[in-house]
Amino acid sequence: MQEILGVPAPLLFGQLLIGLINGSFYALLSLGLAVIFGVLNVINFAHGALYMMGAFVAWLLLHHLGIGYWPSLLVAPLIVGVFGIVIERTMLSRLYDLDHLYGLLLTFGLALIIEGTFINFYGVSGQPYAPPEILTGGHNLGFMFLPTYRAWVIVASLLVCVGTWLLVERTRLGAYLRAAVENRELVRAFGINVPLMMTLTYGFAVALAAFAGVLAAPVYTVSPIMGQHLIIVVFAIVVIGGLGSILGSILTGLGIGIVEGLTKTFYPEASSTVVFVIMAIVLILRPNGLFGRPRE
Amino acid sequence: MKSVALASTALAALAAMVGAAQAEISDNVVKIGVLNDRSGLYADLSGEGSVVAARMAVEDFGGKVGDANIEVVSADHQNKPDVGSSIAREWIDQDGVDVIVDVPTSSVALAVQQVTSEKDTAFLDSGAGSTALTNDQCAPTFVHWTYDTYAMSVGTGKAVVEQGGKSWFFLTADYAFGHQLEKDTSAVVKENGGEVLGSVNHPLSTSDFSSFLLQAQASGADVIGLANAGGDTTNAIKQANSFGIVQSGQKLAALLGFITDVDALGLDVAQGLTLTTGFYWDRTDETRKFADRFAEKMNGQKPTMVQAGVYSAVTHYLKAVDEIDDDGGEAVVTQMKTMPVNDFFAENGKIREDGRMVHDMYLVEVKSPDQSEGKWDYYNIVKTIPGDEAFQPLDKGSCKLVSN
Repeated sequence: MQEILGVPAPLLFGQLLIGLINGSFYALLSLGLAVIFGVLNVINFAHGALYMMGAFVAWLLLHHLGIGYWPSLLVAPLIVGVFGIVIERTMLSRLYDLDHLYGLLLTFGLALIIEGTFINFYGVSGQPYAPPEILTGGHNLGFMFLPTYRAWVIVASLLVCVGTWLLVERTRLGAYLRAAVENRELVRAFGINVPLMMTLTYGFAVALAAFAGVLAAPVYTVSPIMGQHLIIVVFAIVVIGGLGSILGSILTGLGIGIVEGLTKTFYPEASSTVVFVIMAIVLILRPNGLFGRPRE
Repeated sequence: MKSVALASTALAALAAMVGAAQAEISDNVVKIGVLNDRSGLYADLSGEGSVVAARMAVEDFGGKVGDANIEVVSADHQNKPDVGSSIAREWIDQDGVDVIVDVPTSSVALAVQQVTSEKDTAFLDSGAGSTALTNDQCAPTFVHWTYDTYAMSVGTGKAVVEQGGKSWFFLTADYAFGHQLEKDTSAVVKENGGEVLGSVNHPLSTSDFSSFLLQAQASGADVIGLANAGGDTTNAIKQANSFGIVQSGQKLAALLGFITDVDALGLDVAQGLTLTTGFYWDRTDETRKFADRFAEKMNGQKPTMVQAGVYSAVTHYLKAVDEIDDDGGEAVVTQMKTMPVNDFFAENGKIREDGRMVHDMYLVEVKSPDQSEGKWDYYNIVKTIPGDEAFQPLDKGSCKLVSN
């Protein structure tokens, strides 16, 4: 069997593919985080909890109302997105003129409350959620066995990522958004309802997190603590990509997934820290991140 | 002569009074502190359920030992040794807690062990697994009640090798408990004629196991041994299933699994898994009776071995306090060691000099969805492992309390 750096080639290809699958989760989550930071100037620490909520709402829909995976993919993000809008209107919108730190503290507190509430009702062990019948099973690629569901995860998240990128970069609405990032007052002077735009942006980004949660439900156990560890990694990805850079967060998300996969092959113990090592190096060499621009 | 007799009688009476003053229940209250994880990784397998179990034990004992009231207090150690030991210290110094129970997470248990042995307070551990508690770190105030890493590896490891699983590859949680479990199980595998092909250490609380599973698959081992616990175990099993590992002929062995983990996985995924447990609720009439009462207070959840162990340990402790009318740590634990443990949890259990409570363990196989008659009907008991086989022999241990 051919070996690359002491690792059998098939195993290495397998790890690369798995890295890409995990990376697509990261991309989806960091995309939402980057959009929120870009437009609202808020570091949304509740993102992990909202991702968890997406998975839980899908489970609740199935468990109590018999609503399956496919409708949940749309309904759960909508429900959580509306929840996000309520948060933005009642709490976050009051903090925009204050220091970053207030937004961070508020969303961190919210994350604790949301997670605590779910733990109280459902415990920490988690609930099972089966993938839809059509996505069960898998394909033998020769170098690894690829579960159909994981292949679907790559396709679905890449579609959503590209769609969001096009929305922000190629449409009139996106142009308004980008303009609002540069100069909120000027955009408002043109008669555009900036507060509404910010509310909808937060709702949309929260829905993205929830969408990732529904995608994750059949892969992991649906548990109130499933977002806890993820949020730190995703936050690091956003920093590496450049705070607020949408393309940066998507590409870095995918890249970090692959780097993690390779670390798990060559030195597994470091797989949970490698992302922070990269973050430190990037911050030293390019303080605004790989794709970021200096903020004024 | 008469005066001498009188004086000696008076002296004897005085001595008896002094003796009585020493051997009595402090503050006229027996305070039980249930210290465990209330919100993290292990909150379902111990957590509130252990507090409920301790309260049930107190209720069944009648709420009093002699004239002294019994109280139960509880706290969250957050799986952090520093938090655990400072709560233990405060409980003992300021709140008059007389016995600390449960304490899952080996690192926290070892820290609490230091405090309780220093302050002559009884410590009955049901939730932690490390055998260090009854080996190098053993103490005269300590009893290890429910299970340990040795019993897990002997139970599951041996059974799986006997069933034909000769070559092993380990997925190991990268901290003290995981390494100990891998070491113990490797020894059992080799003793029984098997071989260990390799292992991979994964960080604690890993959500994605696919890379590690791919390595385990590439090793070609008959058995993938999961030397981890809680969410790590359930995630690994679930993902092994989706990667077709079990279907392609490799077997998974969960070296530490709780009934709450099986519930989280669902029987579709967990079926066929071999586990070792100190308690299964559906084993005898007594266990069922206890489990039904417990479930009523816990939204239908049946007790894990850790929670049932807490009930059993507290009951035995209260009996010992009642017997000697004293709640000093070493005094009660010494008394507990002289009394056999006989209840729904353990039949003919005994507490050894090193603090190990020796009782039968059970090798179980998780039922398939067709075999199960409903929620919590999860295990077939394959074999009863006698206590003397399940736990590390006394002469193989390194406890300083054991006289050679």
